Amino acid sequence: MTVVPITWYLILGAILFTIGAVGVLIRRNVIVIFMSIELMLNAVNLVFVAFSRQLHSMDGQVAVFFVMTVAAAEAAVGLAVIIAMFRNRETINADELSLLRW
Amino acid sequence: MNPLLFGILALLMIASALGVVLLHSPVRSALSLVMTLFLLAVTFLFLDAYLVAALQVVVYAGAIMVLFLFVIMLLNLQADPQGMAKVGVRFAAVLLASLFLLAAVRFFVAPAALGSGTGMGGTPPAGFGSVEAVAERLFTHSLFAFEVTSVLLLVAIIGAVVLAKRKLV
Amino acid sequence: MHAHATPVAFLWLIPALPVLGVLFNLFLGERLGKRAVSLVAPAVVGGAFVIGCYAFTLLLGLPHGGSLDQHLWPWITAGTLQVDVAFRIDALSGVMVLIVTGVGFLIHLYSVGYMHDDPSFARFFTYLNLFTFAMLVLVLGDNLPLLFVGWEGVGLCSYLLIGFWFDKDVNASAGKKAFVVNRVGDLGFLFGIFLLFWHLGPGAHSLSFGDIAAHAKEIPLDTVTLITLLLFVGATGKSAQLPLYVWLPDAMAGPTPVSALIHAATMVTAGVYMIARLNFLFILSPTTMAVVATVGGLTALFAATIGLMQTDIKKVLAYSTVSQLGYMFLGVGVGAFSAGIFHLMTHAFFKGLLFLGSGSVIHGMGGEQDMRKMGGLRTHQPITFATFLIGTLAITGIPGLAGFFSKDEILAQAYGSPLGNKGLWLVGVIAAGLTSFYMFRLLFLTFFGESRADEHTKHHIHESPATMTLPLIVLAALSIIGGYVGLPAHWLWGNRFEAFLEPVLAGGEAAHLSAGVEYALMGASVLVALIGLSVAYVMYIARPALPRTMAEALPGVYDLILNKYYVDELYDLLFVRSTVAVSNWLWQAWDAGLIDGLVNGTAAVMGGNSRLWRRLQTGNVQHYAVSMLLGAMAILAYYAWR
Repeated sequence: MTVVPITWYLILGAILFTIGAVGVLIRRNVIVIFMSIELMLNAVNLVFVAFSRQLHSMDGQVAVFFVMTVAAAEAAVGLAVIIAMFRNRETINADELSLLRW
Repeated sequence: MNPLLFGILALLMIASALGVVLLHSPVRSALSLVMTLFLLAVTFLFLDAYLVAALQVVVYAGAIMVLFLFVIMLLNLQADPQGMAKVGVRFAAVLLASLFLLAAVRFFVAPAALGSGTGMGGTPPAGFGSVEAVAERLFTHSLFAFEVTSVLLLVAIIGAVVLAKRKLV
Repeated sequence: MHAHATPVAFLWLIPALPVLGVLFNLFLGERLGKRAVSLVAPAVVGGAFVIGCYAFTLLLGLPHGGSLDQHLWPWITAGTLQVDVAFRIDALSGVMVLIVTGVGFLIHLYSVGYMHDDPSFARFFTYLNLFTFAMLVLVLGDNLPLLFVGWEGVGLCSYLLIGFWFDKDVNASAGKKAFVVNRVGDLGFLFGIFLLFWHLGPGAHSLSFGDIAAHAKEIPLDTVTLITLLLFVGATGKSAQLPLYVWLPDAMAGPTPVSALIHAATMVTAGVYMIARLNFLFILSPTTMAVVATVGGLTALFAATIGLMQTDIKKVLAYSTVSQLGYMFLGVGVGAFSAGIFHLMTHAFFKGLLFLGSGSVIHGMGGEQDMRKMGGLRTHQPITFATFLIGTLAITGIPGLAGFFSKDEILAQAYGSPLGNKGLWLVGVIAAGLTSFYMFRLLFLTFFGESRADEHTKHHIHESPATMTLPLIVLAALSIIGGYVGLPAHWLWGNRFEAFLEPVLAGGEAAHLSAGVEYALMGASVLVALIGLSVAYVMYIARPALPRTMAEALPGVYDLILNKYYVDELYDLLFVRSTVAVSNWLWQAWDAGLIDGLVNGTAAVMGGNSRLWRRLQTGNVQHYAVSMLLGAMAILAYYAWR
């Protein structure tokens, strides 16, 4: 059985990351934007784990551990913000949330 | 893992990722993301990262995505007709992102410095990817980060509560 | 010039006391009230007068031609120009100091009564004290620049005091007119000083009068003529001669004590003083002397003709002042410098008296200045009438009073001096006749006949308080005895005044006429004065309808003179309109257009620019994210292609 070289995993991670980035840039629904960010984080996790396997080091997986924790915290706070915004403005359309406009 | 299996997993992952980004209904987007997370968990398993895979399912798919779905339901979001940004922005974003992808692959992924897949082929030490292994690194090498993260979680909890609280009239 | 110069240490007190008055009135006047101001303001001038008397006594004790000097400190040190602040009392400045402080003191006293009901009481005395200070600097200054400082200072005070009641536009405009016309003259004065300094020869110069006297003869004749003509231009401005006299009649808008002090007794005489001071310079240029004498004579006649028809009591006196100043210039112009100064002194007495008397009349009439509404005041204001009569007799040159001696001296010199001629004498005599006419006309209209005032005013006519009548009496006394210091050569002690001033005014060559010619000239001027009196009597007492008949007979002449020969209108057409037009153009095109345009334009460019660039701030986070990605790509590209 041939081995899957690490580059394949990295390319896959890059593709997932790019898809997530595109999602952040083109969707207007703030929650979907948020989800795209989670996608990006997961792509990074994949890369971490791949390298951890390649280099036979546990540090990569420990990093993934922290990434997950932070992502959880970030999701909680972010969603709370979205709820607060929705209460004030009745909208979660990113285009309409532009108070900092000139 | 053999390449064929990897290829199938990869394709499915990309498909569901695209689903997250392209589906109009937020609920469907969320479910696509859950799918992606599951597939990732499977990949982790094949990479001998057992704890991480478990955590991926329990924390990410099980807690975070549930939270997302809660909020979507709470706000009673329908599929909004103006789901995407304007054409110009779309075009710019896709273009830039593809350029980024090409650049990343060409300059960071491909180089031979990454070495052959020898590491991937070799057998990892015993207990690699197990709970004990992760814990051992976590509580020695990354102890400070661990403690700080717990504070971070506390802050996040407080923040979330304060932010979402309804102002008492 | 520098013979017997005696250094003393107290001269600075003379100008310093009025400064004290200024500071007191300025800062404490409002707070401490009218009592305090009416004590301090005249007191400082009185104090200066006392010190001036003391100085004068010392001076009399010095050998003939001595002087008291005080050198204070160096003022301008710039290469060859080394000017100091230094005061000197010699015969000429001694006389001037006494006149300025003496008459000034009397007028300060008078003003206490006259300005009693005015709300800006303290401000008035601040300005009056300030004027006294500036005038003293002018006469005490040992050098030309310091004289000029005083010159400018009195000009400023004149502006401030003419426009004292500035809430009325007329008064403010009169002040402005005085200042601007004076400025024209001052330009000439300054150019004269510059030119003088330029040509004084090598070495350092202090431009003190001694310094100028020492080097004056080295200057080529043409240059001297030019310098003295330019200086004379300054004198015409300050002393209201043709063509720059137009501000003086308008200056009557100021309170009457101001007219008395500044526009009769002291400031307007500064031009005469200046020429007398620089007699050694002027005498070098026969051309300038001729110009001075001619301008003086013509002004004397010209102003007298205008005075014939004025109906405002102060305007008559104003034109009379211009005319009498003309006499003074006539005097100095024919080389009779001491005669000019003599007339300056007697004029200060009787013209000051006449103005203060008119102030008393106006005060009693409740503010009325039109003589056509006066009449019969001699019964209601006896003291004012008596003193005014003395003043009138003095100015018309009736024998026995001060004006007779001084005016006669000038006319005699005009007739007989090497620089004079019969034509000038004739002009002077005719002007004397006209003077007599209009002065008696004024007297008859105001004090004789039936009162033409309305009922309300008639009830309020009253004699003025003691603070006002006392100075009148003092000045009347001076108008009688003041002339006896300058008797004609063959009488009693002769011309002591001239002898006293001789060391300072040595430049002039006095005429020496035989007794017969002198008596003839004297007789002529007395005759002319009596003719003037009689004609006035006929026209205003015996046959009051006559003036109207004459006016209707010669309407063209009447209109011309009544409108002061339309000189103001002419100046407006020639100078004022064009200047205003240029100013408007400069304002609209250059200031508002160009400069404001540049400034606003810069702001507009900035604004436009930022309006353009702020469009980047859409507030849309995704747009920002795109640009971040762009930036990241750029950095990647840079590193990739290295």
